[in-house]
Amino acid sequence: MFTGASQFALVSVADNPAAGAASAIILGTRNAMYGLRLTPLLRVRGIRKAAAAQLVLDESTAMAIGQSTDDDGRVGFWTTGIAVFVFWNLATLVGALGADALSNPEDFGLDAAAPAAFIALLAPRMRGREPWAVAVAAGAVALMVTPFVPAGVPILLAALGAVAAGLRGRS
Amino acid sequence: MWAAILGASLGCYALKLAGLSVPARVLADTRVERIGNLLPIALLSAFIAVQTFTVDDQLELSARVVGAGVAVFAVWRRAPFLVVILAAMGTTALVRAIV
Repeated sequence: MFTGASQFALVSVADNPAAGAASAIILGTRNAMYGLRLTPLLRVRGIRKAAAAQLVLDESTAMAIGQSTDDDGRVGFWTTGIAVFVFWNLATLVGALGADALSNPEDFGLDAAAPAAFIALLAPRMRGREPWAVAVAAGAVALMVTPFVPAGVPILLAALGAVAAGLRGRS
Repeated sequence: MWAAILGASLGCYALKLAGLSVPARVLADTRVERIGNLLPIALLSAFIAVQTFTVDDQLELSARVVGAGVAVFAVWRRAPFLVVILAAMGTTALVRAIV
C-alpha cells in the first residue's frame, strides 16, 4: 500500500481491521480519479502501466497536470512519483525501527501526529461552501456516534453521508 | 491484522490501476466525480474529529486538542507538512508535561 492517507487510516482504526481496511480503500478512490486525468498524458501500456499505477499519488498527479506541455508533465509524474516512493518508504522504515526506542510514545505527543497529518491533507480541498458543509457534518456525525459503535464505524458512516450528498446534488 | 493490511493494499493498488484503465466516460459521470471529491473530505474530517476529541471511544478533551489547534494554525500559515506535524506533536507533549 503506497498511499499515505490510507496508511494512516488503517493504522488509526487498528482495533477494527475490517473497518480500517474499508476506510483505507475508500480514501484510495481518489487515486482512480487521478488516473483518469493522467491516462491521456502518460500513454503507458503493459509493465510500464503497472509501474505507473503504483506511483499515482497526490504529489505526482499535481506535478504532472501542473506543467504546460505533455513532455514536462510526464517528467514531472515519473520524477515526483519515484522520489516520493523512495523517500516515503525509507522514512517509514526508519520510523518502524525507531519506534522501539521510544518508551512511551505519548510523552512525545506521537498520538497528535495523525490528526495533524490529516488536517494538512484536508486543507487544500477546502475551497467553497460545499466542502466545509460536508466536513463539518462528517466530523459531527463521527463524534456523535463514536461512544455507541465499534471503532472505525463512525468513519464509514461519515463516508456514506458523503456518497449520499454526492448522489443528491448537481454540479 | 495482516489480512486487513494485505486486502487494503491490493484494493488501493487496484484502484490506481483502474483509474489508468477504465474508459473515461464511466468515471467522468458527474455524480461519480462529485462523490470522488467529497469522499476524501468526509473521511479526513471524520478522522480528525475522532482522533482529536475521543480517547478510548469516549469524548474527551485531551492535550491532543491543543496539538490539533496548533496544526490548524500551522496549515493556515502555510507551514510545510513536516513542520505542521512536529508542531502538533511538540505542543501536545508540552501540554502533557505541564498539566
